[in-house]
Amino acid sequence: METTGNIISIKGLYKRFPMGKDVFTALHDVNLSFGTGEFAGLIGPSGSGKTTLLNIIGSLDVPTQGEAIVLGRSIGKLSPRESARLRKESLGFIFQSYNLLAVHTVYENVEFPLLLLNLTASERHKMVLDALEWVGLSPKIKSKPPQLSGGECQRVAIARAMVKKPLLVLADEPTANLDAANSHHILQTMEKLNRELKTTFIFATHDEKVISYLKRKIYLLDGRVDNEELTEAI
Amino acid sequence: MIKFLLKGLWRDKSRSRLPIIIVSLGVMLTVWLHAYITGFMGDTIEMNARFSHGHVKVMTRAYAEDMNQLPNDLAITGADSLLETLKTAFPGMEWAPRIQFGGLVDAPDEVGETRAQGPALGLGIDLLSPGSREDERLNLSRSLVRGRMPDQAGEALLSDEFAVKLGVNPGDDVTLIGSTMNGSMAMYNFTVSGTLSFGASIMDRGTLVADLHDVRAALDMHDAAGEILGFSKSGFYEDDDSREMAGSFNAMHEGSRDEFAPLMKSLSQQGNMGQYVDITNTWSQYISLIFIFAMSLVLWNAGLLGGLRRYGEVGIRLAMGEEKGHVYRSMIIESVFIGIAGSVIGTMAGLFLAYLIQKYGINISGMMQGASVMFPSSIRARITPVDFYIGFFPGLLSTVLGTMLSGIGIYKRQTARLFKELEA
Ligand SMILES: Nc1ncnc2c1ncn2[C@@H]1O[C@H](COP(=O)(O)OP(=O)(O)O)[C@@H](O)[C@H]1O
Ligand SMILES: [Mg+2]
Repeated sequence: METTGNIISIKGLYKRFPMGKDVFTALHDVNLSFGTGEFAGLIGPSGSGKTTLLNIIGSLDVPTQGEAIVLGRSIGKLSPRESARLRKESLGFIFQSYNLLAVHTVYENVEFPLLLLNLTASERHKMVLDALEWVGLSPKIKSKPPQLSGGECQRVAIARAMVKKPLLVLADEPTANLDAANSHHILQTMEKLNRELKTTFIFATHDEKVISYLKRKIYLLDGRVDNEELTEAI
Repeated sequence: MIKFLLKGLWRDKSRSRLPIIIVSLGVMLTVWLHAYITGFMGDTIEMNARFSHGHVKVMTRAYAEDMNQLPNDLAITGADSLLETLKTAFPGMEWAPRIQFGGLVDAPDEVGETRAQGPALGLGIDLLSPGSREDERLNLSRSLVRGRMPDQAGEALLSDEFAVKLGVNPGDDVTLIGSTMNGSMAMYNFTVSGTLSFGASIMDRGTLVADLHDVRAALDMHDAAGEILGFSKSGFYEDDDSREMAGSFNAMHEGSRDEFAPLMKSLSQQGNMGQYVDITNTWSQYISLIFIFAMSLVLWNAGLLGGLRRYGEVGIRLAMGEEKGHVYRSMIIESVFIGIAGSVIGTMAGLFLAYLIQKYGINISGMMQGASVMFPSSIRARITPVDFYIGFFPGLLSTVLGTMLSGIGIYKRQTARLFKELEA
């Protein structure tokens, strides 16, 4: 595996949610690290804690105990401003339900993350066109999400996550709403981007199709890392 | 970024046009209802003003002491010149000299013997001069039951119930028996031109309305008037203005010790009317406040829901790395725009509606059995300066506060929670 040092290092991580008077432990002593360029997945049945872990890595949530260091920053110790900065500069998200902004065009949806960075309009323009080219959506630039198919929407979401060439992309069940053909299409796209741009991908999934593409499989069960498998070393 | 947000605002109808429409409607209702209540509550005051108190009333000091007795022996003499003085001193007013009096109305048989007789309240008003607005003011023409309005000297109107009791029909003659200004007996013949419904039993039981000049002749009150009523040209009673006017008029006669010197009283300075004016104001304020409060709740909730509905979008923007404060501020700014736009549109629409109802009135004669003098057949709104800004309370404040409150959720919730709500 071609990794130049760890970009994520998780040690003794617990996540507990208050449930009425009790607490529910969603993540239990998780220890993991990820290197640059990985194409890895958190695999497990529904409720096993995949999303929770992905959210913490993405600094959308914070650990209850233990530490999660992402790109040298300790999630949970960041101020809201610092965690926003980490997300806008270095992270991309892909969600199960696409989460595109319905009234904005494909172009505008993809451009949005760039508006948060200090870029000129022409820089942004070029980056958006490149990203749409990667996912094969250049002809749909002026369409709006409601006019697109599910597979096209998810490709817009991938372009949006990739447009700023982040170091890390987090994809939570990206194929759950797609048919087999579209699933393979977007997985191939992501695999290609992983190869060409060295972007690290971490998936959360229980979809066999996704699993078949993964180079590293981390099995979660009831909030614990159950088993790990490396399929293929690059 | 701003361009991006504006595009979103403009394209998302449920984020821009719909809230603006809702706010506009709420504001329009508020403005309109406020003007309507002001008009409606003021109507009783206007009715009293038109019928007996005026917005202001000028009498002699002595007459004012015993106003309720209608002491015509203490009436204003030289009424015409006083009228001219009033017209020049207060050009914003219309003046109506009147004589109220008591007497007997006698209906003779063919040979002139008394057939029937009854006590009457008399009202001498300017019915015949071309520019007079007394007919309109007292809603007389529309309250006619039989016959027509007097159109020459010597004609009079009787309340219909009274005419029936006396067995008098339009065209018949009656004799008024009263007392002159000097206390001697007066007799005067009138031809009944028509009969009136007053809608108030004391008046219906026995009232005679005649032209001022006839009454002057009948009661030997040449160039006299018991009272001169003043009406503001706006048609609405303004307590402060009226009091001020009375004060300034009375100041001109302050030095005089003449008990026949003229004295002006505002409507609120006559009898119990002051209390009535206060109660009316208080009530219209309460009703308006309750309504504004209710509207505020509605628009507050609309703002709140509008904000909650957007948690998904907010979640995405946060995930992309936008700062919470920035997202929050942009939502507030949006709601300020929506609040202003809605309030302006709503206020204009509300004022327009209120203006129509102020000008033309809502005809409610269908709900009543015929028109009558004491009950106007239409309800009018009244636009006051308050109406120009009152809608902004529910329109702008509540909308923005509602959004602020819903936006607090952005701070309180973990970003991840916003997504949970979105996925649901
Ligand atoms: N905000 C929360 N509050 C309470 N419980 C939660 C919250 N988020 C997740 N959980 C619980 O944690 C467990 C793991 O959830 P999640 O990470 O979403 O699972 P997965 O993505 O693997 O399906 C589930 O039992 C879920 O109910
Ligand atoms: Mg999940």
